[in-house]
Amino acid sequence: MSSDSLGFYILRRILQAIPVTIGIVLLIFILLRLAPGDPAMVYLGEAGGASEETLKEVRKEFGLDKSLSEQLFIYGKKFLTGDFGFSYFQGKPVLDLILEKVGATALLVLTAMFIAVIIGILTGVKAAKHPNSLASAFITTFSLFGFAIPSFWLGIMLLLAFSLYIPLFPGYGMMTAGHAGNTVQVLIDILHHLVLPASTLGIILIGPYSRLSKTSMLEVIGSDYIRTARAKGLPEHKVIFKHALRNAILPILTMVGLQLGRLLAGAVLVETVFSWPGMGRLMFEGILRRDYPLIMGILFFSSIVVILVNLITDVLYSVLDPRIRRR
Amino acid sequence: MRRFFNNKVGVFGWVVFFLILLTTFFGPLFYPVNPFEIVGKRLLPPGSSFPLGTDYLGRDILAGIVHGAKTSFFVGIMAAALMMTIGILIGALSGYHAGFIDGVLMRVTEFFQVLPSLILAMVLVALFKPSQGCIILAISVSSWPVIARILRAEFMSLRERDFVTASKALGATNTRIIWRVILPNALPSMIVNATLAVGIAILFEAGLSFLGLGDPNVMSWGYMIGSSRIYIRQAWWTVTFPGLAIFLTVLSLSLIGDWLNDFLNPKTKGRRQG
Repeated sequence: MSSDSLGFYILRRILQAIPVTIGIVLLIFILLRLAPGDPAMVYLGEAGGASEETLKEVRKEFGLDKSLSEQLFIYGKKFLTGDFGFSYFQGKPVLDLILEKVGATALLVLTAMFIAVIIGILTGVKAAKHPNSLASAFITTFSLFGFAIPSFWLGIMLLLAFSLYIPLFPGYGMMTAGHAGNTVQVLIDILHHLVLPASTLGIILIGPYSRLSKTSMLEVIGSDYIRTARAKGLPEHKVIFKHALRNAILPILTMVGLQLGRLLAGAVLVETVFSWPGMGRLMFEGILRRDYPLIMGILFFSSIVVILVNLITDVLYSVLDPRIRRR
Repeated sequence: MRRFFNNKVGVFGWVVFFLILLTTFFGPLFYPVNPFEIVGKRLLPPGSSFPLGTDYLGRDILAGIVHGAKTSFFVGIMAAALMMTIGILIGALSGYHAGFIDGVLMRVTEFFQVLPSLILAMVLVALFKPSQGCIILAISVSSWPVIARILRAEFMSLRERDFVTASKALGATNTRIIWRVILPNALPSMIVNATLAVGIAILFEAGLSFLGLGDPNVMSWGYMIGSSRIYIRQAWWTVTFPGLAIFLTVLSLSLIGDWLNDFLNPKTKGRRQG
């Protein structure tokens, strides 16, 4: 394999991810040990009135009578094989709980990202072509507001306006309770519930994407091959959307990758506002009950998601622009 | 002075900011109502006896806004200061020393960038006591990598400049070159970033207290929203005003950041005009 082949690049990126993963296990272990109280109790998640027997079981399972390094080894092995422990509150293994909820979060975040990227690119392209147009003003406004508005407050305001005062959309949960019907009806019901939470997250994200599209589009439009494309008489929309955008889209892709992972983890606030049954909501409930196995599991899982999404973005980028592999 | 007033939006930012700052320091003197005390009927609309109404327990919302300002600013400024300190330390060292030191410090930075900041902060506050100190620590530990990366990039370009070579030729130590020669040149961008960092930290604190992870002993805007949100059907004002307060505070900081950017680096036009 030559040093700039795709396979070699993927392998190198995976190898880079290993120490980070081990670091996260170590961090979680240290945090759990630093937490005040009996470690067995901490592992149990302060499940009120845990029996002496359960405590003994946990002590044995995590080797709490052995040395610290042995404990770390046991703990690390558990985490790396996907055994995040047991949530005594929910009566289920943590991993099962997370996997149940991750789909809803992914649906919410991907939809919001999709809205933001599409609107961002369209306004960005428009503003790059006409710097003093309405599109430019739109970008400036959305950048400012997107930065300063607390997402949870925006969510509540949208809920107030479009669910309570003008009852257009449901503002609670992902499906109407007891709603039966065929697949299409259920799908429409879910989409109906998705509108407000996805718009909340989307509105916050539009600013950065439109600004980035504008700057990267401006850079590309000035280049020689765009002048050539125009000179050979291509219609303007072909020049913009086929030639220019294809090159201007790389920085946008990078940003999607960087943000997606963090958003999957950071949707806690919006999910809480709309009672969206995702990972964030699970995290919130875990925190309320001091369910430590659950919240540590979510911390680990979401960090791994960030690592994976970053990896995929880098690989995609290197497919679109092979020069990057040589770095 | 003309440059100051040229930017109307920037001036607006400063005015809003000073009004909020005045409220923070003198508000409790002029409006000495205890924000935790039940002073009237519950869920009273904004009006004569209570300018912004009361919440679900009958606490004065204006008192909450006035006292919450201190929490926001205290946590915001302290967290931003800590965030900047860690970020500047790591960014400067890593940008100045290429090679091994840079490699190690950048791996550390990447590690903290991978950790989802809100989840990490939630875990920290849940494991330890939800005190202001813990919240400040949680915010800065999870948000410094951006600062480190920006400063590293600045250092990497500045270290090749002639004035750095000149200092080296004069026998200046590395420590002196980093802190006395290069850092002052990176200061404008760091000042702008510090302003934005205060805004980010305020939003962060609001989010944590919204989730019920704030310090229970002090009034906070995020807490006001979080605790009242189930009553919005009956009382829109309980949630709307604290949110507006957060929004205006962060907006003013952001406008000041833009203004500072134009003022300190007149060559580059504002961040947001692209």
